[in-house]
Amino acid sequence: MSGFSRRRLLGYAGAGVALAGAGATAGVLATKESPEVENVAAAKVPFRGDVQAGIITPAQDHMHFVALDVKTTSRDELIDLLKQWTVAAERMTAGQEAAENGAVGGNAEAPPKDTGEALDLPASALTITIGFGPSLFDDRFGLKDKRPAGLIDLPRFPQDDLDPARSNGDICIQACANDPQVAVHAIRNLVRIGFGRVAVRWSQLGFGRTSSTTRSQATPRNMFGFKDGTRNIKAEDTELLKEHVWVTKEDGPDWLVGGTYLVTRRIRMHIEIWDRTSLSEQEQIIGRTKGEGAPLGQQKEFDEPDLHVRGAGGVPLIGEVSHIRLASPESLNGARILRRGYNFTDGSDGLGHLDAGLFFVAFNRDSRKQYVPMQQALSTKDEMMEYVEHTSSGHFAVPPGVKEGGFWGDTLFR
Amino acid sequence: MRKAVVILGSLAVLAACSGNTTNTASGAIPVEASDDACKVAKTEASTGTVTFEVANKGTKVTEFYLYAEGDRILGEVENIGPGLSRKLIVEVTEAGKFQTACKPGMKGDGIRGDFTVKGDSKKSTEGDALLAEATKSYQRYVNSQADQLLVKTEEFVNAVKAKKVDDAKALFPVSRIYWERIEPVAESFGDLDPKIDGREDVIAEGMAFTGYHRLEKDLWESGLQADSEKIADQLLVDVKEIVAKAKAVELTPVQLANGAKELLDEVATGKITGEEDRYSHTDLWDFRANVDGSQAAIAALRPVVEQKDKALASTLDVKFKALDEALEKHRKGDGFKLYTELSKDEVKALAEAVDALGEPVSKVAEVVSAK
Repeated sequence: MSGFSRRRLLGYAGAGVALAGAGATAGVLATKESPEVENVAAAKVPFRGDVQAGIITPAQDHMHFVALDVKTTSRDELIDLLKQWTVAAERMTAGQEAAENGAVGGNAEAPPKDTGEALDLPASALTITIGFGPSLFDDRFGLKDKRPAGLIDLPRFPQDDLDPARSNGDICIQACANDPQVAVHAIRNLVRIGFGRVAVRWSQLGFGRTSSTTRSQATPRNMFGFKDGTRNIKAEDTELLKEHVWVTKEDGPDWLVGGTYLVTRRIRMHIEIWDRTSLSEQEQIIGRTKGEGAPLGQQKEFDEPDLHVRGAGGVPLIGEVSHIRLASPESLNGARILRRGYNFTDGSDGLGHLDAGLFFVAFNRDSRKQYVPMQQALSTKDEMMEYVEHTSSGHFAVPPGVKEGGFWGDTLFR
Repeated sequence: MRKAVVILGSLAVLAACSGNTTNTASGAIPVEASDDACKVAKTEASTGTVTFEVANKGTKVTEFYLYAEGDRILGEVENIGPGLSRKLIVEVTEAGKFQTACKPGMKGDGIRGDFTVKGDSKKSTEGDALLAEATKSYQRYVNSQADQLLVKTEEFVNAVKAKKVDDAKALFPVSRIYWERIEPVAESFGDLDPKIDGREDVIAEGMAFTGYHRLEKDLWESGLQADSEKIADQLLVDVKEIVAKAKAVELTPVQLANGAKELLDEVATGKITGEEDRYSHTDLWDFRANVDGSQAAIAALRPVVEQKDKALASTLDVKFKALDEALEKHRKGDGFKLYTELSKDEVKALAEAVDALGEPVSKVAEVVSAK
């Protein structure tokens, strides 16, 4: 199979969908022996499990993220919607339409139940992940007592420039896939199912994953041109995941055990100004070399940063205010997060610049002890703050995985 | 310019990490550090990248240093725990006599050893007359602006204290001109900058909102407060301190060039968006002053640029002129239109002129540092 190019395989899997009408699995699974094929962009990721997919799943190349406000005031209607979403989401992650005979083949006098743009496309490793924002836990649905203590309203960080219209939300849904059309199709159809009960508050497209979440993935680069997330927690680091990502019984509440907290930050980068900055200054701000991605003072990307190496005049090589020093577990009492962000370019800003940056997505076990102190250190001291602006923010409790027969968030509504 | 200061300090070592290193891990010189010995396996090297692999075989936490003559630190690695091994990569540009040192317990002069570096030395740029003149000339500019900053801030502070709101409002953008012209120099003094020029949204937790922008808010929005006088007094104290420091600072040509670039970055992120003076909307005064400051730094370097890259020198002239013209359209009376009086198209035209100038200005550091 070694001569099997990714493009050809995609085509093959795509044909599988058309023929089988149901899923891309057949074509892909048949070739599972080859490691090259195992990573194939078209594969299916199981929807159900102990934890939700889309967190430690190998980061896909594209993302569509949406935050919704719940419009119905009926708890039953909300639960009903979560059940409908679960069915549609499970189908779509299997490479199927949102409903049976959804796009064509239904009643010709009715609008199709599936919007159709993902017909003929393989599952593309689609994962769909749901989270609940602090605002859901008010009087409307009797959830006030269930709000996790860790689901705080994030504090205002110095230099925040948040747009309330694209921050927060009652519910968030993250769709990640190796084909952008598949991710957008998923969000579009879930939003459509929700009309009348939920309304879109804001959404964000991301291209180009900026994190690797498994050891087999190469570290990608962000819009500053630097490798990003070299020291990220990886799917293989089971112990680290337990310590830093998954909510335990002791943490509570019970409904969130096996879940996690999701932080989103839309970070606009002033890339034009960054591009006028000398290479040595860029490397000094990050604390790594641009090419190899080695920590300053070391030689290889995965060499551990040594915060105690000093250069001429006794000046620290990894500067006191460099990004990797401030964000390092060593500087934060061991706090770490699982990052899963994406690059974005949302057109232009009307002043002749690209509106580009990083849609930062991170999962952690307790944002109060992990993300918040990290961001406080960064927004106060990081030299990089001169080149970025946080324009949107979100904090969500991500429930555990859906078991057989269960639905999204069933532990919360029990 | 805070950044630039740090960077230059470690430039020599940075180069070692940028890829073109000849010494790989196998070329490293092993150092065995114990509580009473510092065994450096090889005490001679050639100019270029020198890598030490320091293993702590002792019982105390140790450090390893490479010193040039007069105990000038070329590189060090601290905090090596017992049993641990750490790496120090140093770019040595001059041949000569050096010293290695292990410091068990991380104190004292340490256990010294001689270390010799042979080979070609890279030529130092010190003594380049044009560059020396450039930094001197810019220093004179900084001094003159710093003097005016003090004078005008005092007038502003006095008006606030006398509760002459209209006078204070008129003096606010004027006193800031001198601040904004030398902002990168002023910014290099850590905590003073946020105290003097911090915007409300930028203030870190546990820090009070003080300085120019706090008084701006009082004057334009909330009215003078009970503590406005105290804030004004403190502003003057802080400005006096920064003026003294700015006059004493010694700049390198590369810092000067980076300062010119940073002033335009300030315009692009703060002034073009109307974020700097959000209560008074006098952003165009600051804009003008940033451009003046950038132009002054480039003017000081111009003879060097002219000599090394004639085309860049003339591009800079053209682009500065274009930005001048775009900005001068918005003159009004003794000063400028308010930011809120500008149309979206006018703001965009200014942004484009700043970008057009920012590109060539960002090339100056490279030109002046070229050997």
